[in-house]
Amino acid sequence: MNTWRIARLVAAKDLRVEWRSRVVLNQVLPFAALVMVMFAFALDNDTVLTRVAPGLVWLATMFSLLVIVQRAFAVETADGALDALQVAGVRLGGIFLGKAIALAAQLAVLELMLLAAAIVLYKTEVVADGIVLLVTTFVAATTGLAFVGTLYGGLAAGAKGRETLLPLLMLPVVAPVLIGATRATEAALGTENATPSDGWPWIGLLTLFAVVFGVGGTLAFGSLIDE
Amino acid sequence: MDSVVQRVVQPVVQPVVALVDVVAVLGSFPALAGASLSVNRGEILLLRGPNGAGKTSLLRLCAGLLPVERGTATVLGCDLVADRTSVRNRVGLLGHSNGLYADLTVADNVRFWGATVGASQHEIDASLTRMGLANRLADVQVAKLSAGQRRRTALACLVARRAELWLLDEPHAGLDATGRDDLDVTLRSAAAAGATVIVASHELERAGALATRVVEVVGGQVRQVAE
Repeated sequence: MNTWRIARLVAAKDLRVEWRSRVVLNQVLPFAALVMVMFAFALDNDTVLTRVAPGLVWLATMFSLLVIVQRAFAVETADGALDALQVAGVRLGGIFLGKAIALAAQLAVLELMLLAAAIVLYKTEVVADGIVLLVTTFVAATTGLAFVGTLYGGLAAGAKGRETLLPLLMLPVVAPVLIGATRATEAALGTENATPSDGWPWIGLLTLFAVVFGVGGTLAFGSLIDE
Repeated sequence: MDSVVQRVVQPVVQPVVALVDVVAVLGSFPALAGASLSVNRGEILLLRGPNGAGKTSLLRLCAGLLPVERGTATVLGCDLVADRTSVRNRVGLLGHSNGLYADLTVADNVRFWGATVGASQHEIDASLTRMGLANRLADVQVAKLSAGQRRRTALACLVARRAELWLLDEPHAGLDATGRDDLDVTLRSAAAAGATVIVASHELERAGALATRVVEVVGGQVRQVAE
């Protein structure tokens, strides 16, 4: 079975697991919303909140990403399914891509909710000129985060203390996405008089990040999770 | 006879398993210490021996999960020393864990594992029927099943995968009398159709009656048992 068929199979399975368990819907989304509310309580200043809203959206995304990735690999290791996938001889690059696709889909829903929360809680305004940049930013950043999350989730899956190991491994690596996505989102939203043209160079960084981790992850995932 | 089991057979160079003085380690622990074993197509081989003797390691090595440190090992014509991954899609391993997704239903699980080898819906249905799961249990979440029902589900997934070499670690564990009978019938049918079955078990009476040959694993080595 080729890599893409395996990827589709694994992605469909992961999304079905989420559909049946509703963990992201019932636990991660409320957690992310709560983080946004806590930021509002902590900063308690509309001007400051509007200024830092893009960064807070992406910080809340990173925190939530950790929870989703832990969950995505917990379902694989709880009853030895990851082992069974290896024995099944399926292309491990396909497993990587499939899990990344499912993760990206869940992240996309989460980010939409976080953007809506920023509009409601922080009085963020979306300007028409910046919509293309905003959508491109979210697509590029989500793709990169999904690839990194899957790669490091797989790496930590078999390790002792994986719950604490994953943030330590992953957060430094996703720092470029946090920076690039925040700057590009600021440009798209016109924060501090930024213009959309200020944001496009950051899209280059986000795209490069996604390509590097997408290709690297597809090639390396098998040897990372193999014994 | 079940069409699922009949489709298992593909001509292979005999013996199906040929291990000579194989050494394998788990960390620094020598799991196999010069094990030699030859298994022919259509055999049902019982591995017996005390806990920690190396039975599970032997099964995992045959499945291509455990690397060969020394010696020669060929399974289904694949040289495990040179490449232990190529054999994986031709073997089915049922270990101590079941490799199931607890949030998915029984039918979802069997469908997923069957799909990894391109099994048709008819074959999925036949697998469920074979293990007595084609009733109301098919649509029940695995998380809500008893240990025995989970084991049945795992066996149905294995049947759907149409393996040429079945590697089973304590397959009778947790099964009720009907489940044990269903399992024995399934394994005999598979062997009659040309598949090879290796069972590690402490239930010597049950598994001994099923086996066509018995070997003993002691201290990481394989000893022949007199008829």
